Amino acid sequence: MLKISKYVLYDIIKNRVMIGYTAFLFIVSISMFQMEENSSKAMLSLLNIVLIVVPLISMIFSTIHWYNSYEFIELMLTQPISRKKVILSEYTGISSSLVTAFLIGVGIPVCIYNFNDTGVSLLLIGSLLTLIFTSLAFLASVKSKDKARGIGAALLLWFYFALIYDGLVLLILFAFSDYPLEKITLVLSSLNPVDLGRIFIMLNMDISALMGYTGAMYKDFLGSSSGMIYTLGILIIWMLVPLTIAIRSFNKKDL
Amino acid sequence: MKRILIILLLLSFYASQARTIIVGKNHIVTSLRKAVALAASKDTILLEKGLYKEGNIIINKPLYLIGEGEPILDGDNRYEILTVSTNGAIIKGIKFQNAGYSSTLDFAAIGVIDAQNIIIENNSFSNTFFAIHFANSSEALIAGNTIVGTFKSEQTSGNGIHLWKCNNIVVENNNIQGHRDGIYFEFVTNSIIQQNNSHNNIRYGLHFMFSNNDAYLENTFNNNGAGVAVMYSHHVLMQKNVFENNWGGSAYGLLLKEISDGTIVQNQFVQNTAGIVMESTNRIDVQLNSYRGNGYALRIQASCNENTVHHNNFQGNTFDVATNGTLMLNEFYNNYWDKYEGYDMNKDIIGDVPYHPVSMYSMVIEQNPNAVILLRSFMVSLLDKAEKAIPSLTPENMTDNKPLMKPLAL
Repeated sequence: MLKISKYVLYDIIKNRVMIGYTAFLFIVSISMFQMEENSSKAMLSLLNIVLIVVPLISMIFSTIHWYNSYEFIELMLTQPISRKKVILSEYTGISSSLVTAFLIGVGIPVCIYNFNDTGVSLLLIGSLLTLIFTSLAFLASVKSKDKARGIGAALLLWFYFALIYDGLVLLILFAFSDYPLEKITLVLSSLNPVDLGRIFIMLNMDISALMGYTGAMYKDFLGSSSGMIYTLGILIIWMLVPLTIAIRSFNKKDL
Repeated sequence: MKRILIILLLLSFYASQARTIIVGKNHIVTSLRKAVALAASKDTILLEKGLYKEGNIIINKPLYLIGEGEPILDGDNRYEILTVSTNGAIIKGIKFQNAGYSSTLDFAAIGVIDAQNIIIENNSFSNTFFAIHFANSSEALIAGNTIVGTFKSEQTSGNGIHLWKCNNIVVENNNIQGHRDGIYFEFVTNSIIQQNNSHNNIRYGLHFMFSNNDAYLENTFNNNGAGVAVMYSHHVLMQKNVFENNWGGSAYGLLLKEISDGTIVQNQFVQNTAGIVMESTNRIDVQLNSYRGNGYALRIQASCNENTVHHNNFQGNTFDVATNGTLMLNEFYNNYWDKYEGYDMNKDIIGDVPYHPVSMYSMVIEQNPNAVILLRSFMVSLLDKAEKAIPSLTPENMTDNKPLMKPLAL
């Protein structure tokens, strides 16, 4: 399995997109820390990068790579290797390269300029989001045989998690504003890894504005160590579930 | 005859000459109570080092009570330690501890009632229900005291320095912590609070009610349960104070409620949930203040009228200004806002495009506090951008028409 991952990694490094991605993240992060005089403001801008750009790139890159190496996958399947192993090694190869790119591109500037709780949680959430969206991309591409459809589905998923979902939450909050919604918002935020990641970082970042009643409740729950374990647990579930579904449907798939 | 006159003169001179009574283990007078009884007007009582547990002592003549080597007066958790009701008493260098607690009486370490010309200086207080309690007094100096309360609930602890119905008082250089309110002013006029440090109190660092024509200068208020509250007063000057780290669900740096004609100048508001909260305030001049890293720098309720906010620095706050309605009768100009994105064509350091300090999302949170969980999400920043282009939710006339391009040196 590791051998196949190795070939996947070689392939990724050869096509230079990953190097470009690393360089992009690195330049953006460095320039943000250079431009803003206080590093917490730069962290805010970086937060947007982590929540928007990282999932997008992870999704697009994974889907395109999947379709481009389709022949390689088919070749592998002619060998006496289980399908599960093939897809898992593909996943390991792609996700490890994306996480490495993220950790180099954002991690190094953060470690230089703002190495504290917020910085570490930003890196942690960024890496987890990369893993999650790679696995979502795998699900999208396994489910659809057509390349255009696969990429379309991946884009739609990204769009949903990054934008539409928050709109829906806001809608629910206003539609049911007469009811106590604290617990429900907590559940709602768990249903979107981007939201959960954002709240996780924000609790480390600007607690003061969050401090109203809702904020205090969030802080009590998610800010405690059990809350952190909860957040990370949910995020790991978000990574595992799409991947398991993808593996299952890949096992049954008529190639 | 002449001789008698001279003797009489000398005698009277001698009589008017103040004596010094030394109280201590190795002296004739060993108890403060006895010393106070023996002393005549304007005598000095020197209290030597030691522990004195003598219940409540009433000072009803002008005495200078001075401690040497920090003698301790202990109230045994039952009594008010000193009750002063005279003109011209001085209390210096004594450590007070364990004043009594009562739910009906305001027991204090030093209770001053119906007195004038009092000086309370360089004392320290620990575990006292109220530390210094003034009622119906005037012309006093309270300076250099260190007051440490034991942290209990809001109901069962008293105030550090409590002034009720006073006039011409100076409260200066005190360090107060662990009380309900650090400094409490009610019906106090023409007084000055300066260079005090009030921190870690259960409720307010400074609580101001019905007190007019007062000034508080160069004080530091940090980590108090709810910050500083100034209510129902007029003509109050607040200058060069520091309000920091007042965090919590209903905490603020400075709460102004029903205040008019005051001035807030050169203060620092750092890392508070809300820097200043204004409710029903009129004609307040807010200038040359610095707001850094607050949740809300300013919350101005729609009930405020004719306040001016100018030449302030707003940096690193989550929300610069929040309000609860579309009515805005206050004026903003020449402030520096770090979120300002306009330009300056003629290079006069004043931005050419008005700045809207109220972000749309702060209005949303005002209406629906739960929505705070979507703060900083991509969708919210898109909404904010759209709102900046075409204001619909935020008050239209709430603008700074002449925002500064560079921060002021404050």
